[in-house]
Amino acid sequence: MKNIVIIGGGIAGVETACALAEGGNHVTIIERDDKLGGKLNQWYCLFPDFKKSTQVLDYIKNRIKNFDIELKLKSTVEKVEPNGDGYFIHTGNVRYAADAVVLAVGYDLFDATRKEELGYKIYDNVFTQADIEAKFRSGDLNTTFGKAPERIAIVHCVGSRDEKCHNMYCSKVCCVTGVKQAIEIAKFLPKTEIFCFYMDLRMYDKHFEELYRSAQEHHNIQFIRGRVSEVSATPDQRLSIKTEDTLSGRPMKMKLDMIILLAGMEAKKNTRQVARLFDVETEESGFLRSQDFHLGAGILSRKGIFAAGACISPMSIKETIENARSTAMQVNQYLKTL
Amino acid sequence: MDFGYTTLETRSIDYDKFDRKLIEYLLQYEPSLLVCMACGGCTATCSAGNLVDFNIRRIQLMVKRGETDTLKAEIDKCMLCGKCMLICPRGVNLRNVVMLIKKKLSIDSGQLATKNNIK
Amino acid sequence: MFSDYFYYPFLIGTIFLFVVVIGRFVKWFMGLSKIDKIRVRIGLFSMKTLQSVWESVREGLLHHNIFKTNKMLGYMHMSLAFGWFLLIVVGHIETSCYHGSMFFPFQHSIFFRYYVTEPTDFPGHAFFNYAMEILLFFVLSGVMLAYFKRFRSKTFGMKRTTRMRYGDRIGLTALWLIFPVRFLCETFTAGVYHNGSPIFNGIGDAFASVGDLNPWLNPLWLTYSVVLGVFFVAMPFTRYMHIPAEINLIFLRNWGVTLKERRVNTFTLAEVYSCSRCGICIDACQLNLAGIKNSQSVYVLKNIRNKNLTDEVLFNCLLCGKCQEACPVGIDVNKLRITQRIETTKQYNSSYDYLKTGKTRQADIVYFAGCMTHLTPSIKQSMLKILDHAGENYWFMDENKAPCCGRPLMLAGQYDAAQKLIDTNTKMILESGAKRLLVNCPICYKVFKEDYQLPGVEVLHHSEYILDLVKQGRLDVNPSDLRAVYHDPCELGRGSHIYEQPRELLNTALTLVPMAREREKALCCGGSLANTKISMAERDVLAGKAMEEFATYAPDLVVTSCPLCKKTFAKVDSLPVKDLAEVVAGAVERKV
Ligand code: SF4
Ligand code: SF4
Ligand code: SF4
Ligand code: SF4
Ligand code: SF4
Repeated sequence: MKNIVIIGGGIAGVETACALAEGGNHVTIIERDDKLGGKLNQWYCLFPDFKKSTQVLDYIKNRIKNFDIELKLKSTVEKVEPNGDGYFIHTGNVRYAADAVVLAVGYDLFDATRKEELGYKIYDNVFTQADIEAKFRSGDLNTTFGKAPERIAIVHCVGSRDEKCHNMYCSKVCCVTGVKQAIEIAKFLPKTEIFCFYMDLRMYDKHFEELYRSAQEHHNIQFIRGRVSEVSATPDQRLSIKTEDTLSGRPMKMKLDMIILLAGMEAKKNTRQVARLFDVETEESGFLRSQDFHLGAGILSRKGIFAAGACISPMSIKETIENARSTAMQVNQYLKTL
Repeated sequence: MDFGYTTLETRSIDYDKFDRKLIEYLLQYEPSLLVCMACGGCTATCSAGNLVDFNIRRIQLMVKRGETDTLKAEIDKCMLCGKCMLICPRGVNLRNVVMLIKKKLSIDSGQLATKNNIK
Repeated sequence: MFSDYFYYPFLIGTIFLFVVVIGRFVKWFMGLSKIDKIRVRIGLFSMKTLQSVWESVREGLLHHNIFKTNKMLGYMHMSLAFGWFLLIVVGHIETSCYHGSMFFPFQHSIFFRYYVTEPTDFPGHAFFNYAMEILLFFVLSGVMLAYFKRFRSKTFGMKRTTRMRYGDRIGLTALWLIFPVRFLCETFTAGVYHNGSPIFNGIGDAFASVGDLNPWLNPLWLTYSVVLGVFFVAMPFTRYMHIPAEINLIFLRNWGVTLKERRVNTFTLAEVYSCSRCGICIDACQLNLAGIKNSQSVYVLKNIRNKNLTDEVLFNCLLCGKCQEACPVGIDVNKLRITQRIETTKQYNSSYDYLKTGKTRQADIVYFAGCMTHLTPSIKQSMLKILDHAGENYWFMDENKAPCCGRPLMLAGQYDAAQKLIDTNTKMILESGAKRLLVNCPICYKVFKEDYQLPGVEVLHHSEYILDLVKQGRLDVNPSDLRAVYHDPCELGRGSHIYEQPRELLNTALTLVPMAREREKALCCGGSLANTKISMAERDVLAGKAMEEFATYAPDLVVTSCPLCKKTFAKVDSLPVKDLAEVVAGAVERKV
C-alpha cells in the first residue's frame, strides 16, 4: 500500500483523495481550516444550471465516508524532507511518509480594495460576487439602507486582465458567474435593472452561451462593453460610475444602487511559500507551473509532487472535479513506476 | 448628433489603402500602443472627455486604421493629466502617444525646428 | 635655437584658451536678458562679488561640495584643481624671488627648472624646492586616483561614470600626461644638474644610473610644453571648460541671475558648461534601477552642449529633483530640462476652447481634489469627512467637472497650453469668494502656489490645513500604536519644501519611524507625470525598490501625502499604503 499526502481539503483535494483511496492507497489530507469544502462553502448556486452548492458539498462529504482517509484538520505543512523515492511531510509534531504528494491548495479571491477607484469598502453598497453569494444565502438582497436596489451594475474583470494588479490572465469563470448572479437577482427582484459591464464575455463552456442569451432574452439584463473606471457616491446616497460604452464610442455615466465587482481568482498568497517548501516551480502569476499544458496539467516540476484544482489555474467546479480525477490517475501511474 | 459621417462615400475601411506612416511612427517610440484591448477605461476616466466630446481610445483606434482627418482638432483637447495611463489595464502610455502625435503633426506641418534652438 | 622656442606650444595654447574663454563669457553676458544685465552691473560692485570669490575658491579649487558627497572624489578633484593652482602660484613666487622682481618672462615660472639649472641660493630656495616637489606629488596623487576611477569607478562608491566623446579623450589624455611628464622633466633635469631638492635629486640620480639623461632633457621639456598646449586648446571643447565656467556661474548666480523656464537665453549655456561631469547626478538617480542609463542630468547637459538632445532622453526623467539636490555645482538641472522641454514642444498645438467656467458656489474654503484623487476615492472621502468634522463652509470645486490644474502640461513643457487651464480655474476660485484653497495633491499644490495669481487666497496643502485644524483644537486625533514610515512626495518635499507639517501631523496619530533616505534625500515613487517615456514595468521597478527599502524599517504602513504616490506604491501590494488624510480621518473624533 502506498502513502499519499494531499495538501488542501477543498473539493479538489477531497476528490483526488477519494479517487486515490479507491485504488487502495493510504491517503492523508492536511487542511488548514477546521472543515472540508474550501471556498465552495461560501457559494450559493452554481452556474450554469443553478445547482445548489450544498449538493456538491454533500456529494464530497458522502463520498469521503466510503474510504478510510486520514484527516488532519487545522494543520499546515512545516517541513518537507526527501525520503528515498518519497518524502516526509512534517505538520505540528506528526511526520507523514508520502510516496506521492498532491498540492490542492486552491485560490484566493482578488482583494477588491486593491482597485481603490472602484470604491470597495469605501462606499456603501459596493460588493464582490462573494458578498452577493452570502446575500443569496441569507435571502436579503436589499442595499445597506434596507431598500430594494433599483439598478445594479455588475463589473467584470476586477483584478483580472489588469496590469495594475499584476494579474495579466483572465480568471475565466467570473463572466459566467456574473451572468448567473444577474439572472438570480433578476428572478428575485424582477423590477431591478441589471447591467453587466464587460470587456469580453468569456462564455467558454457548455451551456454558458445559452445562459448569456437567456439573461438577455428572459431577464432583460443589459450588457455594456466598457471597463468601469471610477465609482463615486452621489449626494442622494446612490452610486455613480464612469465607463465608456465602447460600442457606441461615448463615455457613459450611470447612477446605481448597488455594484457587484467580479473579483478574479488569484493564486493564494501563500502558494509561493508552499511551492518553495516542496521545491516546485510557480508561474509569474503565482499559480503552480504544470510540466505540460496539454499532457500533464497536474504534474509539477519535481518528481512525485502533483497538483489538483485551482492552484494550477482558475477553473470552475466542474473542471476542478475533472482535474482532480485526472491528477489521481497520473498519481496512480506514477506510483506503479516506483 | 454627429455620427462622424462627412461624405456620402462608403465608410468602409480599406485596409490596403490607408496611410500607415503615423501609426508606424507612434509604434516606433511607444510600442505599448500595440497592446490596447479597447476596454474604454481611458476614455471613461479622461479629464478632457469629462468636459467635451473627446475619446482618446477612439483616437488611437482611428490612427491604427489610418484615419487621421479629424486627428489634429481632436488631439488638441487632451490636458495631459495622466489619468488614462493610471487606469489602463494594459499599461499603455497614452500621454506619450498624445505627445508623439502632436510632435508628428508639427513635424509634418514643417513647424518643428529639428535642431535645438539654442545657439 | 631649440631652447628659445620650445615653450611656444604652451604659449599658443594659453593665448588661445584665454581668447576663447573670454569670448564665451562675453557672448553669454551679451545674451542675457536686459534685466539680468542690470543685475550683473549692480552686483559687480557689491559684497556679492567678494562672496563669489570666496565661493570660487571653495568650490572651484577645494571642491567642498563634492567632498560632502564623496570624500575620495572630492580629494581627487581638490588635489588636481587646488594642487595645480598652488603650483602656479608658488611657482610664480619662487620665480619672483629668483629674479628679485615681479617682472620676468611669463614662461620662466612655468618651466622654472628648465631655465634655472646652475647652482643658486636666492632667499627660500630650499623651501621652494621642497614645496614645489611636494605639491607635484599632491597633484600626481589626484591623477592616479583619476586613472583609477576611469577603470574602476566602484572604488569610489560610484555605480557609474560618464561616457566620453572623442574631443574629451584628447583633453583627458593631455591632462593625464601633464603631471607625469612634468615629473619626468624635473627629475631628469635634477639627475643631470642637481637643481632640485634632495628628493628629486635622488630620484634623478636613480634614473641617471640607468643611462645618460642629457639627450632626454630637451624632448621631455618640449613634450611638457606640447601637452600643456594641447590641453589648453582642447579645454574649451571638452568638459574641462567647466573649470572657468563654474567660476563664471558662481558670480552670475550671486549677482542674482537665474534661469527662467520660459526665457531661453545664454544663461542656459553658462550652466551647461559648468557641469564637470562628475557623475554624482547619475548615482543619485533612481532611473538606474530600471536600467535607464542615458537620460540623467549629466547626459542632458552634455547633449545640449553637443546639440544632439533627443526627446527620448529629455522626457525620460521624473523631474524628481534628486540629482539637483546632489549636484555639487548647484546646476538648476530641473529648470534646465523644463526649459528644453518648452523649447522642443513650442510648436505643439492645443486648444481648450471648450473650457467654460462652470457654476461656482460662495464658500470660505475651496477644495480642489485634482484629477488623480478621483482615482483614490478613499483620500477624497477622508478629506470630505475632515472638512465636515471641522464644520467648514466649503465648496468641492471639482466634484463633478473641472479642468486639470495645469501642472502635468507644464511638466511636459506646455506652459502656454497650461495657462488656459490656469485662467479658467483662477476665475472659478476667485468667483467663489473663498479665502483658502485646499488641495491634497502636491502636483496641484505646486502650480496653485507658484503659477496661479490668486490674490487674497491662501493655497494650502492638506498636510498644512489639517495640522492647523488639530492645533486649533478643531479635530481630536486619537493616537494609535501603529508604526509608519512617511514618504515625502517629490513635488511636496524637494518641490515645495514641505517636510515638517506632514510629520508633525502624523505624530499626533501614530509613531513615525525615521528613515535614512527621507526629506531632501527621499526616494521618488516612480509614478511621476514628468516622465512621459518610462514604461509601466519600469515604474513598477522603482516603486518596488522603494517599497523594499521601506520594508526594512518594518512599519505597519507607509504614509504619503500624494494620490499619485499612493497609487503607485499601492500597486506593489507589499505593505499597506495610506494618505495622511486617511490616517487622520480614521483617527478623528468631533471636538464638541
Ligand atoms: S472571465 Fe470574464 S470577467 Fe473574468 S477575467 Fe475573464 S473576461 Fe474578465
Ligand atoms: S492625459 Fe489626456 S487623454 Fe489622458 S486622461 Fe488626461 S486628458 Fe484624457
Ligand atoms: S485603458 Fe488602455 S487598454 Fe483600455 S482602451 Fe484605453 S489604452 Fe486601451
Ligand atoms: S550635473 Fe552636477 S552632479 Fe551631474 S555631472 Fe554635472 S556637475 Fe556633476
Ligand atoms: S530628476 Fe530624478 S529622474 Fe530626473 S535625472 Fe534627476 S534624479 Fe534622475
